[in-house]
Amino acid sequence: MPEQLVFAMEVTLNGLMAGVLYALVALGFVLIYKASGIFNYAQGVMALFAAMTLVGIMQGQVPFAHLINAMFGSHVHHFGWNVPAVLAIAVTVGVMVLLAWLVQVLVMKHLVGQEPIILFMATIGLAYFLEGVADLMWGSEIKTLDVGLPQGINLWIDESTYNIFGYGFFIDNLDIVATVIAALLVAGLVCFAQYTKQGRAMRAVADDHQAALSVGISLNFIWVLVWSVAGFVALVAGIVWGTKSGVQFSLSLIALKALPVLMLGGFTSIPGAIVGGLIIGVGEKLFEFAIGPMVGGATENWFAYVLALIFLVFRPQGLFGEKIIERV
Amino acid sequence: MFYREAGDFKVSYADDSQTFPIKFDRYRYYVVLAVAFGLIPFLINDYWANAILLPFLIYSIAAIGLNILVGYCGQVSLGTGGFMAVGAYACYKLMTAFPEVSMFIHVILAGGITALVCVLFGLPSLRIKGFYLAVATLAAQFFLVWLFNRVPWFYNYSASGQINAPERDTFGIIVTGPNASAWATYLFCLIFLAVCALIARNLTRGTVGRSWMAIRDMDIAAEIIGVNPLKAKLTAFAVSGFFIGISGALFFAIYLGAVEVGEAFGITKSFLVLFMVIIGGLGSIFGSFAGAAFLVLLPVVLKVVGVDLLNWPTDIVAHFQLVIVGALIVFFLIVEPHGLAQLWRVAKEKLRLWPFPH
Repeated sequence: MPEQLVFAMEVTLNGLMAGVLYALVALGFVLIYKASGIFNYAQGVMALFAAMTLVGIMQGQVPFAHLINAMFGSHVHHFGWNVPAVLAIAVTVGVMVLLAWLVQVLVMKHLVGQEPIILFMATIGLAYFLEGVADLMWGSEIKTLDVGLPQGINLWIDESTYNIFGYGFFIDNLDIVATVIAALLVAGLVCFAQYTKQGRAMRAVADDHQAALSVGISLNFIWVLVWSVAGFVALVAGIVWGTKSGVQFSLSLIALKALPVLMLGGFTSIPGAIVGGLIIGVGEKLFEFAIGPMVGGATENWFAYVLALIFLVFRPQGLFGEKIIERV
Repeated sequence: MFYREAGDFKVSYADDSQTFPIKFDRYRYYVVLAVAFGLIPFLINDYWANAILLPFLIYSIAAIGLNILVGYCGQVSLGTGGFMAVGAYACYKLMTAFPEVSMFIHVILAGGITALVCVLFGLPSLRIKGFYLAVATLAAQFFLVWLFNRVPWFYNYSASGQINAPERDTFGIIVTGPNASAWATYLFCLIFLAVCALIARNLTRGTVGRSWMAIRDMDIAAEIIGVNPLKAKLTAFAVSGFFIGISGALFFAIYLGAVEVGEAFGITKSFLVLFMVIIGGLGSIFGSFAGAAFLVLLPVVLKVVGVDLLNWPTDIVAHFQLVIVGALIVFFLIVEPHGLAQLWRVAKEKLRLWPFPH
């Protein structure tokens, strides 16, 4: 088999894995968008916030230590204990639920009925706010996150592909784990939405706010629920991305990477988020592999957006989005 | 008491259609112009010019440009940073290619080139709407920044990948480079801002502006009553691009002098200008000024209060700035979605009746 083709296969596989990670972030967007029509720009920062909180709790950092020291001249920084990962994750989930409740009570409740663009702007403001709070709480230096996910090259794939093609593929263990986690998460979310009472209520709200309200569904509760679930998805994305590349500011930029995924898949579709993520992941890796060296590299920065842009011109609602019907 | 229309009688069509129909407004406008052109150039020093006045003037132009697109025509754009970069690099290429031509011409041409690029990226807006369009403009943002980073022709093959503004003059007065004096750079930007604001104000209350607003309020209905969406949207992109290009050129050539594209014109710049427009007020020229002034002054004030008065470390102040900006945006959207401009309008209404509110 020609060498280039083998390389391309490896690139495709890695692209698929990267696509799963994009899809993981995109999922959080879709959830909130479906249920409340809000395009939540803060999703990426929520992932950052969750990851930072998780690291902070695991290492026993004192929240706002830097600020307290600056104000009172004290020198606190750590409680001096380490929390096991499972417990820390549970506490972080609690924090994200609290955050969801606060967002609903302090922000979104007051913006009901505003135009979508105003809501979108509000979430951008929220993103800035959260980022500032996260930095104040846990400090802005790059942190390493280790909750026990396996990392490094998968030797089994390396060996078996070497035996077949005479060239070992480099596949990161973490990517494989991320794929499994994403699959579980999607399955779990689908089950939650289809088979539980709250899940049904959530879908009802997504379908028609007023009708849902009139059959006795509490909008407030559902929105808190949705933001909590999105917070949970953000935590999962934060753990995976944080383990991969360290917990740092650039983590919040994965939200921007998830946008073209959403556009491709359609804002309203969970399978769309997955398929869109895979297309973008494979597309940008293959493009960088084939065309990148000719034009100076680093095409991953923009390829996804341009692909989505061209795609949208032909299908404005994305692959699986609901057809946009406009009335005057 | 101070602010009333009594005594303003209109006897001709020209009176009726002037920009400031109320005498008080008109005089206030003249006073502001007189102070800006006649007084400040004599008082200005380097600190004031570089910390407050130049960024305020330049961001005001950018905010007016974006306000035309987002506030008047309803096409959300997140590509402002990229379009400013187009203006900056166009200006740079022109400055180095034609050293003897006046800076005025360079900046205006840079605006024109940006308008063309902006129209090109505005074409998808005919098919794509709302959020989808906002995300589509991100393509412009990332692609343009990448382009200026990777194609050496744009930065004249310089080793650092930066562009540096050479010394150029207009009418014999040096306006770029390290030897430019504060008053010259200030006046240069002020002239552009005054002309841009005048053009924008008059465009938005004319035929073009009305067709933009019709598209914004409901595009299908506008199309049915005979507004051409192609023309309306693309003119909005062109005019907006022209202003944003001018501001990008000034930002690079007059204000910073040396620019690294990813740093100066990244996605954060797009959001910054968008926030100016939102906080100032969507669909208001005055709002663009107010928003720009607010977001230029806020970091300066926070730095003075936090670092100089309270002696806090600079990184904490920087984080607080994020928190405050974020909270303010949310606060404004909840309390007054129409921004500072609406507060100003309400105040005017109050002043009109004061001191007898009935």
